[in-house]
Amino acid sequence: MEKGLVESAAVDALVERYEQDVGPLRGAQAVARAWTDPGFRARLLEDGMPAVRELGFGDRMDGHVARLVVKENTDTVHNVVVCTLCSCYPWAVLGLPPAWYKSPAYRSRAVREPRRLLAELGLDLPHEVEVRVWDSSAEVRYMVLPQRPPESDDLDQDELAALVTRDSMIGVERL
Amino acid sequence: MNGIHDMGGMHGFGPVDRRPDEALFPEAWQGRVCALAGYAMSAGLANIDAFRHAIERMPPDRYLADGYYGRWLHALETLARERLADGLQPESPEGGASVVREVDVEPLFSVGDAVCTWNRHPEGHTRLPGYARNRRGVVADVHPACVYPDTNADGRGESPQHLYTVAFDDAELWGEEAEGGTTVYIDLFEPYLEAMG
Repeated sequence: MEKGLVESAAVDALVERYEQDVGPLRGAQAVARAWTDPGFRARLLEDGMPAVRELGFGDRMDGHVARLVVKENTDTVHNVVVCTLCSCYPWAVLGLPPAWYKSPAYRSRAVREPRRLLAELGLDLPHEVEVRVWDSSAEVRYMVLPQRPPESDDLDQDELAALVTRDSMIGVERL
Repeated sequence: MNGIHDMGGMHGFGPVDRRPDEALFPEAWQGRVCALAGYAMSAGLANIDAFRHAIERMPPDRYLADGYYGRWLHALETLARERLADGLQPESPEGGASVVREVDVEPLFSVGDAVCTWNRHPEGHTRLPGYARNRRGVVADVHPACVYPDTNADGRGESPQHLYTVAFDDAELWGEEAEGGTTVYIDLFEPYLEAMG
């Protein structure tokens, strides 16, 4: 700041922007759209960034990121995202990461004992469900496409988006 | 470097403390550090790899004690001390620009190829986690070539490399203690990988 590189008012303005950020709402909107629009779902799974830009929030993608990769949960596959080396996280779609995602406990255990960890967080996966852990060790960012909850046929896209939690898109929760 | 930051597989950190409705920045200084880091990087103080490496170079006890934004503050102070003394020397005038680069050579590997990670323990920055060194996996995805963090972190240049996602069976990583039925996918640069015969 002394060198005039950064104005303190600009710092405060950016903090305010982060705090007012809608966080994981962008991811939730992408998920709800994927549940209701098979064409969009295919594009989202093919290449996340251009698909998410269709929803009008490409402008705040973290600029340095190489790709956004979206992994789909099914009856037999469960995906969960971690960064063991630091705390890489898909800011563009989920906002800033929660404290637990950055914690040594999560970073150390998610790759070694994901089933036990998920069970402790309330997600007890049957053994026949394959667990896929994505360790974000480069500039590829990962987001999980959760399964559509049962009995949600009557809901429209906005109502569906309201059901999608941040933690389901990280993969520590099923809907 | 074999540092405290390389946490994959470590024991002893206990349960994950997941609290609902936590504040984004529980203390005001944390928000300011977050924003300041963004500005400092785009002003050319350091690239993302040098920033991460500055965090990794912290004494391990401080790494654990300072918390997430405390580590960011430490890295900003380290980089400012090292780099502002002789005036700012921007590494990349395009702060925040994409790390994707065009390269002339074709990727060595394709999806489905069996690979083994190298057994190297560099003192500098690297993005091959310790738990995945000298381990056998299968290429699951080929990404665009990217800036190579190992050289970009310490001023040796971008030397872009092909980037892959490699799938590792959990028994290959954790042996008899593996839970079973789990695959760990890690994004790895081409120099880390050797073809399996």
